[in-house]
Amino acid sequence: MVRTYGLLAWTWMRAAAQHPVSMSLITVGVIVSTGLDLAAIAIIFARTRELAGFSVAEVMFLYGTAGTSFAVADILIGTVEGLGDHIKHGSLDAILVRPVSPLIQLATEEFSPRRIGKLVPPVTVLALVLPRLHLAWTLGRIVMVPVMLLSGAVIFGALWVLTASLQFLITDSREAMNAVTYGGGTLTPYPLTVFGKDFVRGLTFMIPLAFVNWEPALYILGHPDPLGLPAAVRFASPAVAAVLCLLAARAWRSGLRHYRSTGS
Amino acid sequence: MIEVRDAVKNFTIRSSGVRTRVTAVDGISFTVGAGEFVGYLGPNGAGKSTTIKMLTGILTASSGSVRVAGLDPSRQRTTLARRIGVVFGQRTTLWWDLPLRDSLTLIRHLYKVESRVHRARLDELTELLGLGPFLGTPVRQLSLGQRMRGDLTAALLHAPPLLVLDEPTIGLDVVSKATVRDFLQRLNAEQGTTILLTTHDLGDIERLCDRVMIIDHGRLAYDGDLDTLRTTVDAERVLIVDLERASPPIRIDGVETVRVEGPRQWLTIPRGLNAAAVVAAVARRHEVRDIALREPDIEDVVTRLYLR
Repeated sequence: MVRTYGLLAWTWMRAAAQHPVSMSLITVGVIVSTGLDLAAIAIIFARTRELAGFSVAEVMFLYGTAGTSFAVADILIGTVEGLGDHIKHGSLDAILVRPVSPLIQLATEEFSPRRIGKLVPPVTVLALVLPRLHLAWTLGRIVMVPVMLLSGAVIFGALWVLTASLQFLITDSREAMNAVTYGGGTLTPYPLTVFGKDFVRGLTFMIPLAFVNWEPALYILGHPDPLGLPAAVRFASPAVAAVLCLLAARAWRSGLRHYRSTGS
Repeated sequence: MIEVRDAVKNFTIRSSGVRTRVTAVDGISFTVGAGEFVGYLGPNGAGKSTTIKMLTGILTASSGSVRVAGLDPSRQRTTLARRIGVVFGQRTTLWWDLPLRDSLTLIRHLYKVESRVHRARLDELTELLGLGPFLGTPVRQLSLGQRMRGDLTAALLHAPPLLVLDEPTIGLDVVSKATVRDFLQRLNAEQGTTILLTTHDLGDIERLCDRVMIIDHGRLAYDGDLDTLRTTVDAERVLIVDLERASPPIRIDGVETVRVEGPRQWLTIPRGLNAAAVVAAVARRHEVRDIALREPDIEDVVTRLYLR
């Protein structure tokens, strides 16, 4: 699976490299917008001392870890959002007759080096902020950093798949129409996909943020929990990630099953 | 190769709050043996595409059993995908923005075809389908005919024993159509590839298929060879007679003169009447300059079948 993902991503990258002009323009674009992000962060850094009991460095640490997790998930699996369009254009059928999981095919779609650009701002912030945290780096704290980054990426990725799975359900009546009338012709507007996108964004940020970095960060930074939750919650990220993965896998499978048996 | 028994596919369609159940495929059964070239015909909405989607595992049958290449398409979709090739005429399985060659490389990775085998197979298909001039062109810039040849290549790179084609000649110009047909004929004859062809183009069927299945309202209306189909629906042959001069309509027992246009007359000969005898009778009574017998074309035949 990893091998297939790698091969497909690599093929897409090579394909993208064949249009050097558009690729370099896009790269310039990414660098400029990344630079603006960094500038905004620098301004906040320079002007503020403390936010809600957290030092600026600590806030930046929260931003850096959450941002890195999000970017990793976005890079690896963000394009599953496009599922709705594939259903709409009938190209999902082409995906389904290939001998590779549709999830991998969607995730690697148009994989290009510019996706890596999304990692630059959060990783830069993280690199700048880690030495300035003035913490006693115990083994537990050191291990917790990669664990929280990884769990965070998995949580975001699972949520992405979970919400993409909803797009299977939204389409049933039209897909049924298509299947019956040899469709393809009806490109009806599809407001729910658009809705789905914002929904994904909202959901991905709000609900799991606590486990993506808030709780583990409290442990690393040695802050007491303002909500007074039990200490075990601070180490729950990997468990939450695992549960969400299972949920996402189930949702995806039942969504796919629904698509393939629409209405029956 | 393909075994379908009592396959049924129902859909529930919701439009403005009302749920209606539509039966797209209503209990069809057929088998296709290895090496056959079968045409699958039917009017729009008759259940052709639904059948194809059940055979390829895109859709799960509501009831009945479907087996393709020894597998259950709905449960073993990805395994089956390695053993069959699928071409949708109305939409491409290639990637719009990639040059054809890159699309084919991606396909190679998806199907895990060894690089050496891939190159040999690609060379062969490139020659047979004349892909050379546009291998480096992005798919979105290809003409429909070029794209179809690219899609055929993509479906055949892994050398599947079964090829399923959904309207492969739709919208193609005469030359592209001929290229595709010749290619399919050779593929079937020389490599023994089993081919199931869905089409609206009856020319495809007449040129290529040994066997025809016709689906109408979700049921198989006919399954057999073309000649038998012609006799089954009792389509008339037409005798076109060019007389030396304009005359009143020719009268022969059992034969109807359907049209008169100056010296040319059209006579319909029902099945069971000897055409040679009719020709002789016409020649005996009239001064004939030329005479031609037209077999009912498949279009008439199918229209009659749909109307029954």
